[in-house]
Amino acid sequence: MTDQSTKPSVPAQNPPGQGAPAGVHKSGGGLLRADWLKGDNAESLRRNLGLVGVLVVLVIIGIITRPELYSDPTWVKNNIFTILQQASAIGVVTVGMTFVIIGGGIDLSVGAIIALAGVWSTTLATQSYGAAGMIFTALVVGVAVGLVNGVLISYGRLVPFIATLAILVSARGLAAQISGKQTQVSTNQTINSIATTKILGIPLLVIILGVVVAAGWVLLNRTTFGRRTVAVGGNTEAARLAGINVRWHTVLLYALSGLCCGIAAIMLTSQATSAQAAMANLYELDAIAAAIIGGTLLSGGRGTIIGALFGVLVFSTITNLFAINNLSTEVQNMVKGGIIVVAVLIQQFRFRSVTQLLGRKPL
Amino acid sequence: MKDLSRRRILFGGAALGAGALLTACTSNDPGENTQIKDEDTDSNPNAAPGTKVVIGFSAPGADHGWIAAITNNAKAQAQAYSDVEFKSVEAGTDAAAQRAAISTLIAQKPTVIVLLPHDGKELNSVGLEAMKAGIPVVNLDRAFPDQAAYRLQIKGDNFGMGLAAGNYVAAQLKLKGVSNPIIGEIPGIDSLELTQERTRGFNEALAANGFKVANRRPAEFTADSGQKAATELLQALPKMDALWNHDDDQGIGVLAAINQAGRKEFFMVGGAGSKAAIDQIAADNSVLKATVTYSPSMASSAISLARLIGQGKGMSDLVELQVPKEITLASETITKENAAKYAKLGF
Repeated sequence: MTDQSTKPSVPAQNPPGQGAPAGVHKSGGGLLRADWLKGDNAESLRRNLGLVGVLVVLVIIGIITRPELYSDPTWVKNNIFTILQQASAIGVVTVGMTFVIIGGGIDLSVGAIIALAGVWSTTLATQSYGAAGMIFTALVVGVAVGLVNGVLISYGRLVPFIATLAILVSARGLAAQISGKQTQVSTNQTINSIATTKILGIPLLVIILGVVVAAGWVLLNRTTFGRRTVAVGGNTEAARLAGINVRWHTVLLYALSGLCCGIAAIMLTSQATSAQAAMANLYELDAIAAAIIGGTLLSGGRGTIIGALFGVLVFSTITNLFAINNLSTEVQNMVKGGIIVVAVLIQQFRFRSVTQLLGRKPL
Repeated sequence: MKDLSRRRILFGGAALGAGALLTACTSNDPGENTQIKDEDTDSNPNAAPGTKVVIGFSAPGADHGWIAAITNNAKAQAQAYSDVEFKSVEAGTDAAAQRAAISTLIAQKPTVIVLLPHDGKELNSVGLEAMKAGIPVVNLDRAFPDQAAYRLQIKGDNFGMGLAAGNYVAAQLKLKGVSNPIIGEIPGIDSLELTQERTRGFNEALAANGFKVANRRPAEFTADSGQKAATELLQALPKMDALWNHDDDQGIGVLAAINQAGRKEFFMVGGAGSKAAIDQIAADNSVLKATVTYSPSMASSAISLARLIGQGKGMSDLVELQVPKEITLASETITKENAAKYAKLGF
């Protein structure tokens, strides 16, 4: 998928490869083209094409405004990887967030979990256990906090908003306590080199993002777990009557989100060669926004991993566009807000004329 | 350096005092209206134990090395005095929480309150409240708009920090003979007044040399945000001559991004003076060649002065009988040459 974002014209010419993953889960994996192009599948296909359209427009604006940069092929290649790398950690978090939202919940604690996992893995002597120890710690902390979220929500019957908000506050507090309120520098060269490693010319961080997205896609569209997630988010009561252990499933969803945060914590620690209690500030909002504009229904029951990835890429590309033109981040945030509003409006009111305009042409 | 100059002033003052005394003896006239400092009894008479002072202290729950250093410095300085009782209250996560915490503190009637407000404007009212209750307030770093809200304000020099960084950058570029330099800037949280002041100082110093900033990407004072901002900045400027990063804590991330991009054609100036940054400047093995200070040692000074205010004493090197109302620290430039001297101030 990463390739498509960087050469946005490709998916526009080849929509089936693009839309297929997005909507398969609802049509029972229907193999007939005509079948899956109907209903929700066509809807998510249109939305993804819409996001690809936005990406194309952003790149064109970049080319027009800074032609001298875009005329250098080496720079363009670097820039594509820069955009993808900037999207990598938040992209991983968004995959987990998409699962939680499809399952009918919300996770406001992702940024705090990243901070706690990052800080924990760089302090408490875990650094002395080497890279494996640090990675293990970050993942365990991520999953553990996710489990706490899930148990509070499922068995404590707390509203997800409240439970994860409480964890947001306390996890950052714990992170500040553990870190001694200091930036904890990672002295582990293996961890630090994750951010600089390239495999076959592709940055490792981008590969991790690709693997997580692919795993997320398979999990959502090709497994019982995925179908159950959609069922739980769509109609909890029906899911329960159908024999799904809704409570336990919800716990697993938050644990999955926590796992993604643990992975992201390692990625960020490696990039910044350090961790601190204030890291990954407001990641919860970015992840929710990306999932929503990617076509995930905030009330649950529907959503796509690929759409979420495009949501992240749109934000990452906007940041890049504003940076190369030296425009202020305030305006950038306003534009981001505008995009969220428009995307949700389209989703809410099924703004047919716009979606058709964006989506039907290539069909 | 600090000790040396203090001693020098002290001796100078003593000599002057002796001289004045001498002249006063020989002719009765001139000494009368000369306002000079009397000779101090011991090496530092102000350090001698005096009246017991209870200092109430409040600083935001730190998520940043600098603020952590502020709290640690204040605590350590208070412990150094046998006549000071240190009462610290947590400031919570926002201005409202800190207001509540300080109101509770006021009710306990400490002799002096030292606080680093979340936001000077938002906590102005609590300063007024304390002053009205007869408790002198020492405000650290973030100014109160209302003069009646504080007894003493001790601040870092944000504008001067930018000025110092700008002057260093300009001087280095001139030295290298770069006539049309590409200069990058990575400030901290852009909505803060202190950030705007720093940027204003930087721009003024550059403008005086006919230079300007080519690209400016704000971060959030954290290493991960610094890494992100720097990555974008480096991508936007394929060639750069100089970079000013406002904060050494976020600088950890900025330097990481520079290494990850494999760039070293420019030099970088930091801000605040963290221990890691000073070490790196001394080692001279990265693009970081200098940092301009914004030292958390101001917290130690604030406690010392709060104690003097509580005891009704003045500052021993000044002629005034009481502590002044405003003190702005100077922003100094740390380079490889003087790094060793500043190492103990690093946080």
